[in-house]
Amino acid sequence: MWGADGGVPLADLAHGSSLGGRLNELAGRSVLLAARDQLAAAVALIELDGIARRIVLCPPDVAAGQLPSIATNAGVDAIVSDRDAAEIAPLAIAPHVGAGVAIEPGKDIPRGGRHTEWLLLTSGTTGAPKMVSHDVASLTAPIKPVAEPPVWGTFYDIRRYGGLQIFFRAVVGGGSLILSSAGEPVADHLRRLASHGVTHLSGTPSHWRRALMSPAAGAIAPRHVRLSGEIADQAILDRLGAFYPQAAVGHAYASTEAGVGFEVNDGLEGFPASLVGVGQGEVDIKIEGGSLRLRSARTASCYVGSADQALLDDDGFVDTGDMVERRGARYHFVGRKGGIINVGGHKVHPEEVEAAINRHPDVWAALVRPRRNPITGAVVTAEVVLKQQPGAGEARIAAAEREIMAICRHNLAPYKVPAVIRFVPSLDVSATGKLVRHA
Amino acid sequence: MSIKLMVISEIEQIAAQHQKKLAPLTDDAVLMNTGLDSLCFAVLVTRLEDRLGVDPFSSSDTISFPVTLGDFVRVYENAAN
Repeated sequence: MWGADGGVPLADLAHGSSLGGRLNELAGRSVLLAARDQLAAAVALIELDGIARRIVLCPPDVAAGQLPSIATNAGVDAIVSDRDAAEIAPLAIAPHVGAGVAIEPGKDIPRGGRHTEWLLLTSGTTGAPKMVSHDVASLTAPIKPVAEPPVWGTFYDIRRYGGLQIFFRAVVGGGSLILSSAGEPVADHLRRLASHGVTHLSGTPSHWRRALMSPAAGAIAPRHVRLSGEIADQAILDRLGAFYPQAAVGHAYASTEAGVGFEVNDGLEGFPASLVGVGQGEVDIKIEGGSLRLRSARTASCYVGSADQALLDDDGFVDTGDMVERRGARYHFVGRKGGIINVGGHKVHPEEVEAAINRHPDVWAALVRPRRNPITGAVVTAEVVLKQQPGAGEARIAAAEREIMAICRHNLAPYKVPAVIRFVPSLDVSATGKLVRHA
Repeated sequence: MSIKLMVISEIEQIAAQHQKKLAPLTDDAVLMNTGLDSLCFAVLVTRLEDRLGVDPFSSSDTISFPVTLGDFVRVYENAAN
């Protein structure tokens, strides 16, 4: 397993530990894993499963101010971290075991056997993150054997569901894994992936758009390109297929709560309507009120620390809140249940407008937002990042605006067409690799 | 470009984009009879806000929506000054 500054052979863990001989102190405890270094976290995860009662996977972008409530709600009574003692001290959690990437041989490495609960934090758009309860069984349920051990890479952090899936594929199925590193420039990350010969690479559409904008995008030659976490529209699928002609480009539907729902490998956006149904595969899928609902052994069991919120409905389905629309023999993702813009009583999903804008060949990314309006309550506005074209002047931008508007008018109802388009140099992408929708 | 010319050019552009047939844009033309629908006016207000930096209809000073094109232009002239 490779981090930004070196690698760790996981086989060494059979006879050693990264936790300074203190793993046995963590037996039966609820452990907050708050390492800055992703490789240190990965090694600690492998060691803690079967020893700790509960592991709380804390992504590096969680603010220090949120740690106390996370610790309280998860009943934390031990911490594994490479952060400064001064940063950890206010939490008043003992024992505090240091995390690192140096594996030292030891005689008394405790053997696991306990059922360990894995708590994942969801990326809520507002307020404190929610904690979602999984275990190794639910997290590894989607994993199928791979013939040849791949070289895995992911733009996700492994402490998020999308990244954790790749972590388990590498640990369970074999192969090696190249981790991302917070703050590392995209080009450096891509060159690192290239130097290890990445074969399977995954990320959100926003991650991929950012990668394609990098001059180092051509350094890698993955055989499998996978998108998840946001709607994969036809434009990004086609663009990736053209840029990496040797790669199988697929997209997966997954969420922290519902787990992996399905994978789509026919190169088209959306998913075949034939996937919807109960009792015909590993995942039961139904659509209720336009919203996708999933039930399987891959789903989380409950929320922790927010008892008022039910994760499963009465029939054991997770309501994903992702809205779909049937067109012919296929369902298409149209947006989030809560993200609707109301234009004079007409409902607009920002994502479907973004998908229309993204069809323009010079568009790298688009973000659609509401703007309040005295006549219709709100109108649709768009921010667009154009492909960099040195020397492209005002005239080219004006032409692009006209062309984008024409595409929108051709494909969308009039109230869905942006009232204005603003060209911006970049769009914010969150730590989870998704477009930041709330300014 | 004067505010009046700016308003008229935006109206003509929006009408073309929304495939609306415009009545003659005189000062006493009644806005609701110009051929634009409420979505067109919503777009017009948004575009003028981007060009002039003001949306007079969302501020508390403007009580009612103007009736004629001349009134409409004056609201923007007053707000821009």
